[in-house]
Amino acid sequence: MASFAEAPAGNATTGEKVFKTKCAQCHTVEKGSSHKQVNPFSLSHCRLQLPPIGDMGFSKSQLLERLQAQKIQFSQYDHPVVMTVEAQAKYVGHIKGGLSKNLFLKDKKHRFYIVSALADTKVDLRVLSQRLGLGKGGLRMAPEEAVGEILEVPLGCVTPFALVNESARNVSLLLDQGFKAHECCFFHPLSNDTTISLHIQDVEKFLKSSGRMVAYVDLEANPPVGKDQPPDLAALVPSDTSSIHNVVEKTATLQIDGDVNSKPVAVTAKASKVPSAPQKVKPVNNANSSSSFADPEKFIEEILKKASAIVVSEIKEENIKQHGDQLGSVVSNSMRKNLSLELKNLATMFKNTAYTEGFGAGICCSTKRV
Amino acid sequence: MEKIKEKEKEAKTEQEEAAQVVNPWEVSSKGKIDYDKLIDQFGCQRLDQSFVDRVHRLTSRPPHIFLRRNVFFAHRDFNEILDAYERGEKFYLYTGRGPSSEALHLGHLVPFMFTKYLQEAFKVPLVIQLTDDEKCMWKNLTVEESKRLARENAKDIIACGFDISRTFIFSDFDYVGGAFYENMVKVAKCVTYNKVVGIFGFTGEDHIGKISFPPVQAVPSFPSSFPHLFSGKDKLRCLIPCAIDQDPYFRMTRDVAPRLGYNKPALIESLFFPALQGETGKMSASDANSAIYVTDTQKEIKTKVNKYAFSGGQDSVENHRKYGANLEVDIPFKYLSFFLEDDDELEHIRKEYGSGRMLTGEIKKRLTDVLTEIVERHRAARAEVTDEMVDAFMAVRPLPNMFN
Repeated sequence: MASFAEAPAGNATTGEKVFKTKCAQCHTVEKGSSHKQVNPFSLSHCRLQLPPIGDMGFSKSQLLERLQAQKIQFSQYDHPVVMTVEAQAKYVGHIKGGLSKNLFLKDKKHRFYIVSALADTKVDLRVLSQRLGLGKGGLRMAPEEAVGEILEVPLGCVTPFALVNESARNVSLLLDQGFKAHECCFFHPLSNDTTISLHIQDVEKFLKSSGRMVAYVDLEANPPVGKDQPPDLAALVPSDTSSIHNVVEKTATLQIDGDVNSKPVAVTAKASKVPSAPQKVKPVNNANSSSSFADPEKFIEEILKKASAIVVSEIKEENIKQHGDQLGSVVSNSMRKNLSLELKNLATMFKNTAYTEGFGAGICCSTKRV
Repeated sequence: MEKIKEKEKEAKTEQEEAAQVVNPWEVSSKGKIDYDKLIDQFGCQRLDQSFVDRVHRLTSRPPHIFLRRNVFFAHRDFNEILDAYERGEKFYLYTGRGPSSEALHLGHLVPFMFTKYLQEAFKVPLVIQLTDDEKCMWKNLTVEESKRLARENAKDIIACGFDISRTFIFSDFDYVGGAFYENMVKVAKCVTYNKVVGIFGFTGEDHIGKISFPPVQAVPSFPSSFPHLFSGKDKLRCLIPCAIDQDPYFRMTRDVAPRLGYNKPALIESLFFPALQGETGKMSASDANSAIYVTDTQKEIKTKVNKYAFSGGQDSVENHRKYGANLEVDIPFKYLSFFLEDDDELEHIRKEYGSGRMLTGEIKKRLTDVLTEIVERHRAARAEVTDEMVDAFMAVRPLPNMFN
């Protein structure tokens, strides 16, 4: 990049015009000016780097304009350029919302991924690599040049919004499903000196409107991957033919770890060949740990609760009058009639759960027999 | 013998107007399905009350609602199964599902509910086949998608309450091979191309995948296909609960079995679950309002029953009180006969509604309650089914206590 010492003497008026249209969004020269806090002329971090040749890629202002055009609500916070999540947290950490960390990754076949996660979500690249079907060491941090080349953002500015650039069209985006739990989340809008906060659904909406696909993933999950368990994120690996339709088809049929909530995105004509079921998949609560089927105490509690309900409902004044001392057998018969089927189902589930746990343990360890 | 008789019957019925079409891939008719004609055409037997009583006696428990209400109404050789059972000889159950969609409705669950009862009542093992390869071929799904649907459907099946220590679920893509495949080849050698075209109606335009598929569905009827379960028990009988449109597969199987030295599988067949819009309507996965899905909320069930369930009631209250309801076509009553456990209550409703004393709104309300209970119970059970449980059900493992 040219240094100012070498540049030929410029025309001040033209320069002012250029400054006003391009530089002023980030830089300020007035003494004591308020909110544009960027170091004046710290051009090494200037987003508006002089382009060598070719396309610029989206700029922050273009992005923000687009967001506004789609009536997406977001809050904008300008701050000094930050290169790390910790630094960013210094400026926006006190604001309610999910701070994001964004990793730009590459696999051995030169396919790229952005993993965008809540700052405190643990992301294990080896686990992710396996889940994507890339083997254990398949994922690496992408080289620094790639950040500029593919995502067309400065270093330290990896963000889901980078996908709007043409060069990033084949980058696969994995969003932490934890984002959904937050009212708003923080991302760089293609520039390190600003952070915007908005609801993750709006990020999704925006990216979809640019024809980019979005996948929510439980990043901390570690499902086994083996002969009988195919890698659960395999569909998120960018395909070589790099057509959006392929990605849509794959994501439309995606079963993302335990999250049956994630509705498949934009159903195109191709993906609609897949049975209409996606709209009917309602949330399934896999609250395994708190279920009454793994814990004898809870199981018995459930049974007693149902039985007591019947007893209490049967012992009423009219029944006492009607049956007198036969009331005992009446109640007992009623219990049998109403509860047998239900309790049998409960017990079967309990048995199945116990068997499954034993089975799981059994295949993991090998018994040593003398 | 069976073959010749069937050929004659088929020729006769073809001369009469072939108004109804029933085969594994298509069920349609101009009016109501004529089940008597179907039994005649296929050559199976009616399941009469004596069977129901016998089952009651042999299992020492009340017979299942689907038996009492003649939902399972036809059979082949079920009497032989019961004879053998009385002698102390056990059998195993075989049923299956073609995982073509994620959305299961109550009609899909009917054979599984009945099979679960059979498993409990007779204390016998069960194999469940998920024909993901069939759906991949017929519905043009990708292999991954059919496998995924198979696993999702397995969860709903497990939620019906099968006993894991007696049940083996498998998907064709995972399991076909080894002894299973050996039997497939043996069966395939016994069925000519012409025969399979005659049974299933294949044409020269159908791809060879379809034409070579039938042995896959036939072979689980033979115990030697499951060496990890039934090794050494080559003479173990098989009972297949299914819907009557699957009969052609097993006609073919029964024809082939003696030639391979195997026992013929017995069948117990159900009628079709009517669509909400009535018997003439088709229950289809693309019309969400034609059936009650296991994922429907209470509100949705109420709406569907109230808005779409075809009513046999009269068009005005006066007429209704005068003439009563037409129970033949009334869908709420039909559905109640499938799902309302209490025989006495059903009888009461039959009298009151049939005479016009009870109005359509009331019977629909009762139906909504019954269906909601079933769907809720299923949903609760489904929520407890984990991927590990599916893996355990689908693992190729011995079942040491399967007959206890």
